[in-house]
Amino acid sequence: MIFTLDELKRFPSVSRLAFIECSGNSAGEWREPVGHTVQQTHGLLSTSEWTGVPLATVLREAGAKPEATWMLAEGADAAAMTRSIPLVPALEEALLCYAQNGEALRPEQGYPLRLLVPGWEGNINIKWLRRLKLGSAPFMTREETSHYTDLMPDGTAKQFTLVMDAKSVITSPSGGQRLERGFVEIRGLAWSGRGRISKVEVSTDGGRTWESARLQEPVLPKCATAFRLPWRWAGQEAILQSRCADETGYAQPGREALIAARGVNSVYHYNAVQSWKVSLDGTVQNVHI
Amino acid sequence: MSISNPVRFAVQTAILATGLGTCWAWAGTTTPAGSSQYELGRPATEAEVGAWNIDVPPSGEGLPPGRGTVQNGRQVFAQKCAMCHGRTGVEGPMDRLVGGQGTLKTDRPIKTVGSYWPYATTLFDYIRRAMPFTAPQSLTPDEVYSLVAWLLYQNGIVAEDAVMDARTLPAVRMPNRNGFVPDLHPDVKP
Repeated sequence: MIFTLDELKRFPSVSRLAFIECSGNSAGEWREPVGHTVQQTHGLLSTSEWTGVPLATVLREAGAKPEATWMLAEGADAAAMTRSIPLVPALEEALLCYAQNGEALRPEQGYPLRLLVPGWEGNINIKWLRRLKLGSAPFMTREETSHYTDLMPDGTAKQFTLVMDAKSVITSPSGGQRLERGFVEIRGLAWSGRGRISKVEVSTDGGRTWESARLQEPVLPKCATAFRLPWRWAGQEAILQSRCADETGYAQPGREALIAARGVNSVYHYNAVQSWKVSLDGTVQNVHI
Repeated sequence: MSISNPVRFAVQTAILATGLGTCWAWAGTTTPAGSSQYELGRPATEAEVGAWNIDVPPSGEGLPPGRGTVQNGRQVFAQKCAMCHGRTGVEGPMDRLVGGQGTLKTDRPIKTVGSYWPYATTLFDYIRRAMPFTAPQSLTPDEVYSLVAWLLYQNGIVAEDAVMDARTLPAVRMPNRNGFVPDLHPDVKP
């Protein structure tokens, strides 16, 4: 079937907020604390309001058959980028989006149409969408074989690791900033590809003790959730950390647990607890402890 | 909203069973009766979808007629690829394509076509749709088949006299064919 943009806009529409995070976000942090600022360590993340037509609506209209279990999504960029999408989980929430934050998609965000699968790795959300093709097996495109697969220490690689696990980071104070003595509000963001953030805890002593942070309402599923904790800096050295959990019970891992499970060569899906060291002069830097 | 040259977007829904298994084709020409609720969209013609329908899955379905040799691939690579991937596919500066076999378990794995890619068909699909960087989708089928042949030869996967076509390419067994496992997330205990 062929649909024009005008026709896609006539279907019943949905608007919702959702984050998009590149699965390569924080990829530099597996071995050494490479990023100087939070933008460099965690910057490949954003939350927007997306408007479009549910994928399920369009596929039903096009006469999709139940034997279809995988879908190829193809962009109209010069490389005609393609990804395979497992249909059963994608159909729950996937949208064909034509608007972002109340205006038409901007060219760099995929105008006129892009796929959005809330909670999945950024690369799956094909921009400049021109074609969907249904099948009964993954199409094994370059992006889901040579890239976006997670190499394990035993030489095997995890494939179709699509859901973004829960993750949090303190954005203030963070690398490159400088603290003044006295009252400091510790601020950050937490998000999970599985649903709502249920809890964020903050440590100012390198993980020995933890305190619950206040979550900004409303806490929405698959959205960056702001957290805050009042603190007082008396001029001592400190290690600031945050850790989160989501409504499914998943808890953000520390570096040790993440590396024990995956080694340091999987590139994608790094979601370990981030540590910021406050020095005696108030400067803040990225450290691994 | 009205635009003089409407943006088109295609959905290919057909899954056609063949004697040898499952393949894909476009079938927008036939929408099952009664499935349309909104009466939007129209069937696609084969010509409309044909120009976009360039994907090649591991079955080889969709591979075009044509053939390529290692010798011809060496020449095409030198002319159109070596400026980014290096003279032998190793030197870069862009993605290394050759070598690295046996390194995936080491501390410094080298992921290339030869060491990592599970399907030779993906190589055809990607070169045809995305390469060369300066002029994607400009290569002829024979040029793509030849580049695939040369890269497989450089990686020690096919012989120097190998000929790649729609029959031989899907039969190529890549060294890391069994190296991939489905997602096991969540895999980390806090």
